[in-house]
Amino acid sequence: MSTTAEATIDVRVWRGGEKGEYQSFAVPRRDSQTVLDVVTWIQRHADPTLAYRFACRVGVCGSCAMTVNGRPRWTCRTHVSKVIEDGRVEIGPLANLPVIRDLAADLTPFFEKWQKAEGTFVPSRTRHEPLETISPESPERQAANAAIECINCGVCYAACDTVRWSPEYFGPAALNRSWSLVNDVRDAGNLKRLAAAASNGGCHNCHSHQSCEQLCPQGLNPTASIAGLKRRTMQAYIRGEIS
Amino acid sequence: MSAVRLYVWQRLTALLMVPLIIVHLIIIIYATNRGLSAADILGRTQGSIAWGLYYTLFVAAAAIHGAIGVRGVAREWLGWRETALDRLMWIFGVILLVLGLRAVFAVVVP
Repeated sequence: MSTTAEATIDVRVWRGGEKGEYQSFAVPRRDSQTVLDVVTWIQRHADPTLAYRFACRVGVCGSCAMTVNGRPRWTCRTHVSKVIEDGRVEIGPLANLPVIRDLAADLTPFFEKWQKAEGTFVPSRTRHEPLETISPESPERQAANAAIECINCGVCYAACDTVRWSPEYFGPAALNRSWSLVNDVRDAGNLKRLAAAASNGGCHNCHSHQSCEQLCPQGLNPTASIAGLKRRTMQAYIRGEIS
Repeated sequence: MSAVRLYVWQRLTALLMVPLIIVHLIIIIYATNRGLSAADILGRTQGSIAWGLYYTLFVAAAAIHGAIGVRGVAREWLGWRETALDRLMWIFGVILLVLGLRAVFAVVVP
């Protein structure tokens, strides 16, 4: 796509904390321009006090997620051409999280819920035992693979209706992590993990709206992971392992 | 009551109600197509242990299923505490059960 030097984008950027307002900037339009490029341009050329978060710029670290024209996106890999509407782009902090300032959301609740969902690996062997050999082709490994590429960006959490109306709900990312560990044959923490998944903040809150699946930049399907947890917690309940 | 327990009971009662609802609908269509009068219907249901058991099971499943559903709606829309939600669920479930059993009693007991 060719652009002229005068072409600009009408960018509205959230300024302030929980209370604030959108501020307009005219940002030069460039070829292959990402939303993160736009935000960086504003900070470097228009207002150096703009607060936002990024690190790798190449879709690996998961720190640059923001709300772009109403939908959560990883801004470093989202081209302006994909999201622009009538020459306008509105950029805000991630939804469903406290706002620190401007475009920086506080991800503390997001990661606290990973802890509550028992999203940490529990080893079944000590360092003195030999490494367990896992065949990449084994069904267990394939099942774990399906949910493993999460970059903790928070897009699914911000996209989730159930998170919005139920503050105690762990959310798609934490439960997706839980599901990858449930399928990890090396892990020894499943009983506690399934009990967490079956608790009030757990998998049974999910309405399968699939916004997480639609917007996950990694193409993961947390809804399917949560459905898997519903099956496994039901089995554990019927066996009397959890109550 | 734990989320998984509610989930299992609601799914199991749903599973149970699928064949019950299908038979129930067939009976309605049969009764209207044949133009059965209230007296005709009562003539078949009164004193029938089979129909009594069938609809008692149906009422019990519907009461459990519906009460858990209302609890879920209240949890999300009203934000009530767990004890209040459990109380609502039991009260609603018992009301459904009493109303349903009263109807079963009316058509089955001679």
